[in-house]
Amino acid sequence: MPSIISISGVTKTYATGFKALKEINLDIERGEIFALLGPNGAGKTTLISIVCGIVNRSSGTVSVDGHDISRDYRAARSLIGLVPQELTIDAFESVWATVNYSRGLFGKPANHAFVEKVLRDLSLWDKKDAKAITLSGGMKRRLMIAKALSHEPRVLFLDEPTAGVDVELRQDMWAMVRRLREDGVTIILTTHYIEEAEAMADRVGVINRGEIVLVEDKVQLMRTLGRKRLLLELRSPLATIPETLSRYALELSPDGDRLTYTYDNQSERPGVASLLRDLETAGVQFRDIDTQNSSLEEIFVNLVRKGA
Amino acid sequence: MNPRAVWAIYKMEMARAFRTVLQSIVSPVISTSLYFVVFGSAIGSRITEIDGISYGAFIVPGLIMLSLLTQSISNASFAIYFPKFVGSIYELLSAPVSYLEIIIAYVGGAATKSIILGLIILGTASLFVPLTIEHPFWMLSFLVLTAVTFSLFGFIIGIWAKSFEQLQLVPLLIITPLTFLGGSFYSIDMLPGTWRTVTLFNPVLYLVSGFRWSFYGKSDVSIGISLGMTVVFLLICIAIVAWIFRTGYRLRN
Repeated sequence: MPSIISISGVTKTYATGFKALKEINLDIERGEIFALLGPNGAGKTTLISIVCGIVNRSSGTVSVDGHDISRDYRAARSLIGLVPQELTIDAFESVWATVNYSRGLFGKPANHAFVEKVLRDLSLWDKKDAKAITLSGGMKRRLMIAKALSHEPRVLFLDEPTAGVDVELRQDMWAMVRRLREDGVTIILTTHYIEEAEAMADRVGVINRGEIVLVEDKVQLMRTLGRKRLLLELRSPLATIPETLSRYALELSPDGDRLTYTYDNQSERPGVASLLRDLETAGVQFRDIDTQNSSLEEIFVNLVRKGA
Repeated sequence: MNPRAVWAIYKMEMARAFRTVLQSIVSPVISTSLYFVVFGSAIGSRITEIDGISYGAFIVPGLIMLSLLTQSISNASFAIYFPKFVGSIYELLSAPVSYLEIIIAYVGGAATKSIILGLIILGTASLFVPLTIEHPFWMLSFLVLTAVTFSLFGFIIGIWAKSFEQLQLVPLLIITPLTFLGGSFYSIDMLPGTWRTVTLFNPVLYLVSGFRWSFYGKSDVSIGISLGMTVVFLLICIAIVAWIFRTGYRLRN
């Protein structure tokens, strides 16, 4: 099946001459959760804004479900829901009025039952008559999501959805994302909380200085780029690492209780099996053994640093 | 077309007016009454008649125009500037609506409000002075045409403005002087020769003159020219808006 969003050769140069995006090519698969990671100012929000029609691109093409975002903007935009990073709501409108307004704005016929369901799902129903200005930050965030979902989008953009959000809302939000995905909604999120991308995303894209540095299936990414660590809890402390083990570049903890071996699938360094054999030969005994995968965060930091 | 979006925006804009009913309706009515007290009674008692019309009645069309212009501009400029200022404009820009639909909704909303206001002022004025409307069709046409034109002009200002100060600047520095000097409170025949010629370059003169003609059948300039100039100004505004939307000026950059 063709991808739901296809971005090809997109660039953006602002009037100041700042090149926010340089030649972006990216395809988002139908029904996936795609996490776009990148440091501040990398171009995440600019890219989202272009796809949603908020910012004009300098060159390139974007299509949403086969609809060009310029020639066929009505069809393209009516498929998209956007939750921007900033809490920007008309402060004097009631929750009920503003969510129904959003639905109308996107050309959908009034459907009070549906809007009620959206508000209930987001625990906003009790606040339906409250003015937006009286809501707490977390409630405002829920309202922004309700507005984005009011017109039943097939693609949902969440730009830093959990920045400054408490644990409860964050969990609610991720439960909601999973439900939407089950309904076949494609979700593109940007986040600074990399553990969330790690927990939620199917694929991960990294953007840095206006360029897509990498797009990879998350599991694949962690497998190919992820380092592994082998931790050995020693039966008796070692003063020094035996000579015969020097080629493994082991690290000994200060108290001599633990040996750490770091390796990755691409490295030339010898494998775990030979290490274990050599340990036995050297007479080093251990009482426990553990392996750790490096997190997406470490992968991300490495990638961005390499690009710097 | 996305008529639901046009309706949603229009409804929202009208709801805003009713929420701020004091500011939208009551305050212009009070200021109009004050004009009547000051100009109509104090000055009017010395001028008595212009072109055979009592001074109090003479200034009514000008007063309505004054409110119509300033309110159309402030309604429309604020309506589009405010979402730009707080950032909620993202939703409008990401929605499947055309520029034409955005214009129809916002300008329609602003113009509706100022037309209602104009009629309220007319009603208020009728309490102070005896009024005749010789050409009701043209009176309404001028009312609608002016409201739409200046709402469009206000919309342009709202998009252009980068601060609240700029938002106030054009109405304060250009529109208010033009309305006061455009023959709202006097006939240009009362001016000395040079100033009379200068006044002919003031577009507001043509609006006020045409509007007054629709009431009393008397005008400073011919009705054809009045109508022509109003339409020309409308076309200029449409051209500017078309350019703004083609380039994304201060909206999508």
